[in-house]
Amino acid sequence: MQKRNNVWANIDWITVSIYLAMMFIGWINIYAAVYNEDHKSIFDFSQVYGKQLIWIVAAIFIAVLMLNTDSKFFVTFSFPIYIFFILVLLSVLVIGSEIKGAKSWIQIGNFSIQPSEFMKMATSLAIARYISSYNFKMHSWKSLLTLAGIIFIPVGLIFLQNDTGSAIVFGVFLLVLYREGLNGIVLFFSFLIAVVFILTMVLDPFITILILTIAAFLINYLIRKKTKRNLIGMGVFTSIFGILWFINYLVQGTVDPLYFLFIAAIVSAVLFFLWAMMLRKKGLAILIGIYFGCILFTVSVDYVFHNIMEEHQRNRINELLGIQSDLLGAGYNVNQSKIAIGSGGFFGKGFLQGTQTKFDFVPEQSTDFIFCTVGEEWGFLGTVTVVGLFMGLLMRIIYLAERNRSKFSRVYGYCVATILFFHFAVNVGMTIGLAPVIGIPLPFFSYGGSSLWSFTLLLFVFVRLDASRFEQLSF
Amino acid sequence: MDTFSKRKFIIAAIILGIGAIFILRLFTLQITNQTYKQFATRNVLRKIITFPARGFIYDRNHELMVYNKAAYDLLVVPREVKSFDTTELCNIIQLDRIDLRVAIKKAKQFSYYKPSIVVGQISPEIYAPLSEKLYKYPGFFTQSRTLREYPSKSAAQVLGYVGEVNQRIIEGDKYYRSGDYIGVSGLEKTYEKELRGIKGINNYMVDVHNRIKGRYNNGTADTTAILGQNLLTGMDKDLQAYAELLMTNKKGAIVAIEPSTGEIILMVSTPSYDPNLLVGRQRSVNYGILDRDSVYKPMWNRAIIGQYSPGSTFKLVNALIALQEHAISPLDRFSCSGPGSTPIKCTHNHVTPLAMREGLRESCNSYFWNVFRAIINHSSSPAEGYQVWRDHVMNFGFAQRIGTELTSEVKGNIPETTYYDKYFGQGRWNSMTIRSLAIGQGEILVTPLQMANMVATVANRGYYITPHLVKAIQDTNRVFRELKFEKKVTDINPEYFNTIIEGMQAVIDETTTMKLTVHQDNIVICGKTGTVQNPHGADNSAFVAFAPRDNPRIAIAVYIENAGFGATYAAPIAGLLIEKYINDSIAPGRKDLEQRLIETNLLHVVQVKK
Repeated sequence: MQKRNNVWANIDWITVSIYLAMMFIGWINIYAAVYNEDHKSIFDFSQVYGKQLIWIVAAIFIAVLMLNTDSKFFVTFSFPIYIFFILVLLSVLVIGSEIKGAKSWIQIGNFSIQPSEFMKMATSLAIARYISSYNFKMHSWKSLLTLAGIIFIPVGLIFLQNDTGSAIVFGVFLLVLYREGLNGIVLFFSFLIAVVFILTMVLDPFITILILTIAAFLINYLIRKKTKRNLIGMGVFTSIFGILWFINYLVQGTVDPLYFLFIAAIVSAVLFFLWAMMLRKKGLAILIGIYFGCILFTVSVDYVFHNIMEEHQRNRINELLGIQSDLLGAGYNVNQSKIAIGSGGFFGKGFLQGTQTKFDFVPEQSTDFIFCTVGEEWGFLGTVTVVGLFMGLLMRIIYLAERNRSKFSRVYGYCVATILFFHFAVNVGMTIGLAPVIGIPLPFFSYGGSSLWSFTLLLFVFVRLDASRFEQLSF
Repeated sequence: MDTFSKRKFIIAAIILGIGAIFILRLFTLQITNQTYKQFATRNVLRKIITFPARGFIYDRNHELMVYNKAAYDLLVVPREVKSFDTTELCNIIQLDRIDLRVAIKKAKQFSYYKPSIVVGQISPEIYAPLSEKLYKYPGFFTQSRTLREYPSKSAAQVLGYVGEVNQRIIEGDKYYRSGDYIGVSGLEKTYEKELRGIKGINNYMVDVHNRIKGRYNNGTADTTAILGQNLLTGMDKDLQAYAELLMTNKKGAIVAIEPSTGEIILMVSTPSYDPNLLVGRQRSVNYGILDRDSVYKPMWNRAIIGQYSPGSTFKLVNALIALQEHAISPLDRFSCSGPGSTPIKCTHNHVTPLAMREGLRESCNSYFWNVFRAIINHSSSPAEGYQVWRDHVMNFGFAQRIGTELTSEVKGNIPETTYYDKYFGQGRWNSMTIRSLAIGQGEILVTPLQMANMVATVANRGYYITPHLVKAIQDTNRVFRELKFEKKVTDINPEYFNTIIEGMQAVIDETTTMKLTVHQDNIVICGKTGTVQNPHGADNSAFVAFAPRDNPRIAIAVYIENAGFGATYAAPIAGLLIEKYINDSIAPGRKDLEQRLIETNLLHVVQVKK
């Protein structure tokens, strides 16, 4: 048993410093983003920057509280904490209030709290607790199903709250599972499915099938270097498509060429699969199998999207992926965001000199699009600094996680790193046009008490766990 | 123990990979790609032009002839327009809904981002309610403009008018933008650069709702509007209005010049129009009506573009040339056979034979035929004699643009010898062939301005100052800067002018009608009538005069089309103008004459073909 003052000695001050730096940078950028001539003081508590200072002070208080909590508490109470927040989420469905279309807020007096933010920490604790238990076996169905349950119960509840963005964050736990031994193929297929899904939605099925076909031939060529076979394959594929298209043209038919491409892909896939089986070329057969699956997936996504889904469901997906790119919709936001960041140049326009964010050209400039202010006022230097701070923090957390002998601490550490990473990647990616517009905050930067406190909790539970790395955490 | 430990590298690689991709993307976005900077500027920059008030035009007594009244333009930036209550807006600005729709459509065709004028020149009465409701119409805003106001409603053709710039002007001069005003004719056109001032540009930053948030770059690129410069003319506003009143229902022109300075005191061309008609929203409609009027051509300035035969008024010039060339002496007498005279019959009933003074007084055609013949025959050949004559004539400012500020001035015509050589054959013409010139008929064409300038030259005894309307321009320090004008001297000895002036005084003081209608007891007026044969109808009536005889203050030419004898209408009108100019009022005994002249309608005189 170590004494409490040793906890302070074992705290990783690098992590704490980065955390404090991020909050401070975030705060002054919020000030700049909504800077108002009439309320010049950054301590004006009627303005969001004044309020953010209150959230920051409170967050530090929470951090200190976490550091003063016995690390065993988190281990012991991980499941109760998880269940508690599940109950809160359930209650939100009943008594929650709606903000911007998502019924995910609990109103307490003047304050609104978003329990789904805290669910990330609770779920992380539960995952860490479960994976670190002795009877956990990564590839037993029982363990996997239990894990899936731990993850999908909150996901489902958050979906029901109509807060799709927060729900999607939970997908990142796949990386944690991968670290703990989940077969890499799962990661690969998840990635493939996500890519094919986004391609189908953002581009269209015709182009997606074309890309998949070309990719398949390319991969086959790169692996086997057999030009002749590839050419034969392409010839078969092209001629099936060509003949069908030509017949359609002759009879003046009105059939969508997508069907011809689909038939060409399926027929040639089946032909080559049989051929590969005959020649006992297992690798080729697998490749063709994956290709076949992707084609079917593309077509069914397209079919489900257009023929089974309701209008409002389609809208939500389009919104999520930023497809409705009319100038006043999501496309407008991303364009203005890129203008703001792009206009910053190398050194930026200077503190409080930004025009695009301050004058509301960029929407949500203090919350989801706070990165725009960094880009506009601090330029490339500023954005690289922020990206660097995140990289540093994430690497540091992974390093800390790996140095913990306790599996609980390590898994929890990875949960923290991946959640922060996902927020960072999607939020920054969104502002520079590399990710769909999903309304999730940039950790420690975006304005808002709920997100700041929940990320602080998330991080400082880990800092506390890490500070006890020399203890034997048993349960 | 931990078999999957190496996977930390894969996870770290994924994270660092995304970080690297972001930094690359930020590099292209923020450093290599410059277009976002332009987009950002375009987003926030709103140039608001402040239009300086156009310069005023004063008359010789520093009374306002032209000033400004407030007006407002309603502009639209199509990109920022949200759906709005068109009916309400149309009601406020008193515009048809279809017109509004057409205006917005045109604005969209021009640019989605740049403002276009929807309705120009909105009166303050409409602007007041509009400005209160403007917040309801995002994308719409107003800018204040000034419109011209002509208090005395006169001198339309001289002052000219202001119109919107057309595409050709915009392309030719970067100063102008669509919707700007420019002087189109008259002084407004000539002094455009002085009158317009310099537009100011304020660069503002606007937010996404187009609300102004502050100055762009702290206003370092802003320029303030500089007021237009005021013009001080030599015109007499009241006399101009009075002259136009006297010319009611008469077609013709009057020009009066102050001989000592060359200042144009008045310049009338009738039929005229109220210059206020070409201001404001009704401008284009009114312009169409005025422009299409092919009978009265109210927009023509006959004083400078009307080319007429000077008739007998030209006898003054011929007399002077003859004296200077010693072709005759003032005492030489020539006889007249009245209507039986050859080669030019004389319609005047008078004593005979007569010398210079009587010849002028009676305007004897026979006498002046002899004078002209003497000039032509004084040289070794008619062509040489003619050339001598023409050189003298040119010195009076004929057959050339005299050089007022009015750009549409025409030259008139005094034929060159080559013209006659070509027409009759070289050496095959003589004084007889061109005898019409003796009495100011034939090929001679002059403008009323040139006639006035000629009589001013006589009044000055041999020189004239280039006639001009504007004598001084008020600079930015509000000081009137006097303009300099060229003095042009004839080759004729001043003493001969006194001989001629004797005759001109006799015209007024010794002939019956002139005595009744023009003669003034306290002003010595010197004049000369002219009745000009007009192939298109009744004779034109011409009259030139100056007064007082010594230290002349006004030289005037009156020309009225189809008015018959010069003595009938042109002379009394000139007389009244001289009287009003010098005495400031019309004697009670002449009020009847004044009334009769105002009421006389010569527009509908039966056009007799002779």
